[in-house]
Amino acid sequence: MAGKIKRLLALGAVVLTTAALAWAGSEDQPKAGGAPKPVITKATKGEHCVEPNDFMRRNHMKVLLHHRDETVLEGIRTKKYSLKECINCHASEKTGSVAASKDDFCVSCHSYAAVKIDCFDCHSTKPQGSMAMHPLNAETAHYAHKLAAQANSKVSAEEMAGVAQ
Amino acid sequence: MSDMKSMSDKTPSSPERRHFINAATVAAGVTLVPGVMLIEVAHGRPEDQAASSAVRWGMLVDATKCATGCDECVSACSTENGWTPVAESQHKKQAPQWIRKLELQDPLTQLETNLPMMCQHCAEPPCVDVCPTGASFKRADGIVLVNRHTCIGCRYCMMACPYKARSLVHEPLNDTQKPDVPRGVGCVEACTFCVQKVDRGDGTTACVEACTAAGHNALVFGDMNDPESEISKRLRELPTKQVRADLNLNLGVRYHGI
Repeated sequence: MAGKIKRLLALGAVVLTTAALAWAGSEDQPKAGGAPKPVITKATKGEHCVEPNDFMRRNHMKVLLHHRDETVLEGIRTKKYSLKECINCHASEKTGSVAASKDDFCVSCHSYAAVKIDCFDCHSTKPQGSMAMHPLNAETAHYAHKLAAQANSKVSAEEMAGVAQ
Repeated sequence: MSDMKSMSDKTPSSPERRHFINAATVAAGVTLVPGVMLIEVAHGRPEDQAASSAVRWGMLVDATKCATGCDECVSACSTENGWTPVAESQHKKQAPQWIRKLELQDPLTQLETNLPMMCQHCAEPPCVDVCPTGASFKRADGIVLVNRHTCIGCRYCMMACPYKARSLVHEPLNDTQKPDVPRGVGCVEACTFCVQKVDRGDGTTACVEACTAAGHNALVFGDMNDPESEISKRLRELPTKQVRADLNLNLGVRYHGI
């Protein structure tokens, strides 16, 4: 009997320790069943999204798809549901992008849900005009070869880009 | 005298015809609505309004004013739309050329002609005819575009285009695109008449702005359907040609001095 109680106590201790460890671990990163949960950073601009969060989490792909066809085929360029506007608000402060690092807004959820998107094969992941962090950006990228050619000269490519900013 | 009479009978301003013209003008007036709307059609439209076939965007190239050795239009296009200029491309034969400068010489007279060549925005575009997915399309306002969401990169349109205006993006662009101009690997692309600027209501394109800024004034962009637009006035005054007019494609780009 005493042995049984001892065994129960030991089991309880193990359970408690595991729970405590899990609790401690959750401070670094939210977890669900052992897998890291997506980091959802608050948008850098604006009070709220164009629709409630719950709606957007389930339906953003539908509204984007609808809007994309209207824009490309008919030239309707309203701001609501425009991918460009999503990026303008949701680009991370750290990388200035929605898909440059694994914690950036789009990538974070999409890697958690294992849904591969190819939006950013064509679309820029950065908002217009906020390119301070990268010496080469969407505005200047096509000068990459020029800058590379000048890398051997006294002024480095980074300095050149710095001056340009 | 009898000849004179029969001629006057054939003149286009017969009463019935005039009546028809008046009716047509009234019909157009209804869609336009006086004053403000008329200006909006000419200089851009509300962002929630679809491109309309009341407008046909076009360009006039005055080859007599196009300067030898000048490529302001080409570099302006590359900056506006974010494509790498041929000179800076690592694969020159694959480099995108939304617009390119041609220098022609008549072998008999040695006469040199300069002109920019780009998508001619045909009213009857062969690239649209051959596209197997419907990705190549003509917008209501006459701008011929590629829908990159449905383009499979088969390059049929590149083969069909008589003007060699289209190119394929061969390698990933690694997030170097401009936010206003999405373009990507595996898709065909060409001059868009700066559709992002047109939709914004700028009423002009990057190449035209650059040509004017450089003082050449060889390019005019505007609505060919609006008789009061600068391009329509110039087209009325100048003799112009369509390149390969024999193909009957009704081009949106007209050349003077070729």
